[in-house]
Amino acid sequence: MVEKKDMRRKLPVFFGLHAKLPRGLGIVLALLPFALLVIVYLTASDIRQKANPQDKLLPPVSKIAKALEKSAFTLDKRSGVILLWQDTASSLRRLGIGMMVSACLGFLMGLNMGLLPGIRGLSLSFVTFISNIPPLAILPILFISFGVGEVGKVMLIILGTFPLITRDIYLAAKRIPKENIVKALTLGASQFGVVYRVVFPQVIPRLIDTVRLSLGAAWLFLIASEAIASQDGLGYRIFLVRRYLSMDMIIVYVAWITFLAFLADLGLRKLVAVRYPWYSPRAEG
Amino acid sequence: MTENTPFLLYLEDVQKQYGEKIVLDDIDLAVKQGAFCTVVGPSGCGKSTLLRLILGQEQATSGRIFMEGVPIALPSPDRGIVYQRYSLFPHLTILDNTMLGKQLSVPFWTSLRRKKTARDEAMHYLESVHLGAHAKKYPHQLSGGMQQRVAIAQALIMKPKILLMDEPFGALDPGTREAMQLLILELWEAHGMTIFFVTHDLEEAVFLGTRILVLSQYYRHESASRESSGQGARIVADYPLNTRKARSTRVKETAKFGRLIQRIRYDGFDPEYRQDAREFNLKHTDSFITFTE
Repeated sequence: MVEKKDMRRKLPVFFGLHAKLPRGLGIVLALLPFALLVIVYLTASDIRQKANPQDKLLPPVSKIAKALEKSAFTLDKRSGVILLWQDTASSLRRLGIGMMVSACLGFLMGLNMGLLPGIRGLSLSFVTFISNIPPLAILPILFISFGVGEVGKVMLIILGTFPLITRDIYLAAKRIPKENIVKALTLGASQFGVVYRVVFPQVIPRLIDTVRLSLGAAWLFLIASEAIASQDGLGYRIFLVRRYLSMDMIIVYVAWITFLAFLADLGLRKLVAVRYPWYSPRAEG
Repeated sequence: MTENTPFLLYLEDVQKQYGEKIVLDDIDLAVKQGAFCTVVGPSGCGKSTLLRLILGQEQATSGRIFMEGVPIALPSPDRGIVYQRYSLFPHLTILDNTMLGKQLSVPFWTSLRRKKTARDEAMHYLESVHLGAHAKKYPHQLSGGMQQRVAIAQALIMKPKILLMDEPFGALDPGTREAMQLLILELWEAHGMTIFFVTHDLEEAVFLGTRILVLSQYYRHESASRESSGQGARIVADYPLNTRKARSTRVKETAKFGRLIQRIRYDGFDPEYRQDAREFNLKHTDSFITFTE
């Protein structure tokens, strides 16, 4: 006789494929790496401060707080603006315009390439070619041809993200089942209608997803171009204060950029979930 | 062209090749308005290919296809389609899916103006397939049978001259399947439709149709070599069925029903038994055959 007790195996809490995390443990586990990072930093900072009170490499929390206060809540004496907000506004404007243009262009290109064999034949190999150019490598060309002003920086973001968005939307449009398109034709859709009234709305959430994933690259290009030639912007500031080894300021700015990027990612994810409930049905039930 | 005008659908010497492989060979077919024409055949015989040719999704390699005497070209609203899958648009609610035809067939601005009437009409069609209560849901929230009912309503609203159905109930469980069979018969009668129905289920084909076509690559042709398995499928049998359809699935249990299914199995599904091309069972009054060498 088999004992009943043995029939029901207890699932492990943490180890292995079958682990079933209790809710509380899940939260603790998620916070643990953050806590470790803070502890390691504070300890290291403390050790260095004890050895040399002038140390700039790992500033204590008090100095970081002072840097935050100075950059985010005090008027800059020379320019008469609050630096962090000024920098944020400039950077977000560049990022916003760049992403907007590349999202629109990439979407229209990808959609038409995915559905119309003529457009595909014309542009697929060209877009593939363009997407293999490392964008940072042509930054000098952009600065020479578009100047070191706003256009050059926005162009870098566009060139850096547009091919990726185009190819992703192209694949999404191509994945629409043939049956779906034929069905639309039997419902009286024109060819234009199939592209812009049937497939267009189906690919929009995919676009938002792609933009979300491209934002990481966009930040990279933004900060790189601001670091090289700019008068303001988050990237500009970081590379400016680097000259004075102001780690406190750099840490404030990096944390702020990370927070902005996190907010953008979360916002776009929520937008898709709320506005397009049909897009990832697995979330339900 | 005048000879085929009494027929809604008319195929003449239609052949379809993919590369070297002949899939359909020498298909002659005439279908009258109001027929419920079912098509069966062994798997891979080209049933669905034939349907796609009539739909315009694919083009015949040779031969001609007419709708009311006019050669068909690309897919258009006079031929409705219900596939086994992918008939619905995942981004639209059930109601929007159903009214989509009304919207797509007019320019965008006009469709906005006529939204109210389109919605009312769509609601009417949804209720006729018993889905009025689910109008606000998305396709992925519905069961397979319900999705197919939406697909039928969505096609019906365009009032197609012929409704093409490609194994529409193939993925449903047996209970749902029988309910759908009764529903499609009900709609067929109510709307006076012409239906071209491809299925791999012999019982379903005999139960639903007023005419059954057996498509098969298992036949002998004098000009073909004996063992060639690469010959294209042809219509090897064409039987008239009960035109006054029974309202009950009980008829499936009768002996006559069973005998007919046996007969069809023999005609088209047995690779060992091959009838000569000149002895096909083309019993339907609309059937004809042209011998072309």
